[in-house]
Amino acid sequence: MMIAVAVIALVMALILMLIRVLLGPSLYDRVLAVNSFGQKTVLLLGLLGFFMGRPDFLDLAILYALINFVATIAILKFVRYRSFQVTLVKRPAPEKEV
Amino acid sequence: MNMMTGTALLDVAILIMLFILALGIIRMRSLFAIVMMSGAYSLLSAAWFVVLDAVDVAFTEAAVGAGVSTVLMLGAMLLTSRRAKPTKKWLSLAPLAICLITGSVLIYATIDLPPFGDALSPANAYVGAEYLASVKGDIDVPNVVTAVLASYRGFDTLGEVVVVFTACMAVVLLLGFGERSLSASKRTPDGGKD
Repeated sequence: MMIAVAVIALVMALILMLIRVLLGPSLYDRVLAVNSFGQKTVLLLGLLGFFMGRPDFLDLAILYALINFVATIAILKFVRYRSFQVTLVKRPAPEKEV
Repeated sequence: MNMMTGTALLDVAILIMLFILALGIIRMRSLFAIVMMSGAYSLLSAAWFVVLDAVDVAFTEAAVGAGVSTVLMLGAMLLTSRRAKPTKKWLSLAPLAICLITGSVLIYATIDLPPFGDALSPANAYVGAEYLASVKGDIDVPNVVTAVLASYRGFDTLGEVVVVFTACMAVVLLLGFGERSLSASKRTPDGGKD
């Protein structure tokens, strides 16, 4: 029962994020909303296994978290440097190193 | 709440969200937002595959759809402009008609399909049951799908891997993740604002 309530709450949060993705006035709102949308999907996957009584696929949620992270880094790197070739560390710009 | 109805409700909720995302992708003009939204679309549809118990498909969809293709689309965007040109309304009539006709034909075809989870359907009855029975003795792999893909159809899968590898090489050569794309991106004067 608790898990069902949690799933419903997560779906509500997904809908809120979806609204922000669609409306989001600036690009960064959208990046943030898409990233958060991915995180909610990861949580939803983690819950789904327990909801359906087969928590064997929890590692899928871990894979999703990794992919979501890579996609967000790629998007932000594209916004900042307009290229994937630049290594984040060698750049002399006063950015925080990742 | 019954678990079956719960899963069905979840199906409906995810499908509605996918529909809204697809509408948003169609209406959006900024290519950047479209790439990000298609990444979110793949993640959500992969979650839907998990709800449908198709975990292998979900794995592939997450890795290819959300991970690699987002990066590839961004790489392709380096070589083109950042906004989609608005098309004339009447130009999209023919694709719309094709989509509607194909969709209705596909929906018509689902009438003939056996019901979901039918044990007596042709896909489950003869060959499937045979594989399920003999995998344990032939190959000691717990996952039957993996056993069929990697062992029974091993040469076929090897061919697929070669095709995918060739395609990857071609895409990397075309997009040029190297000096060329860097100098090309330095020539465009606009900054990171959209």
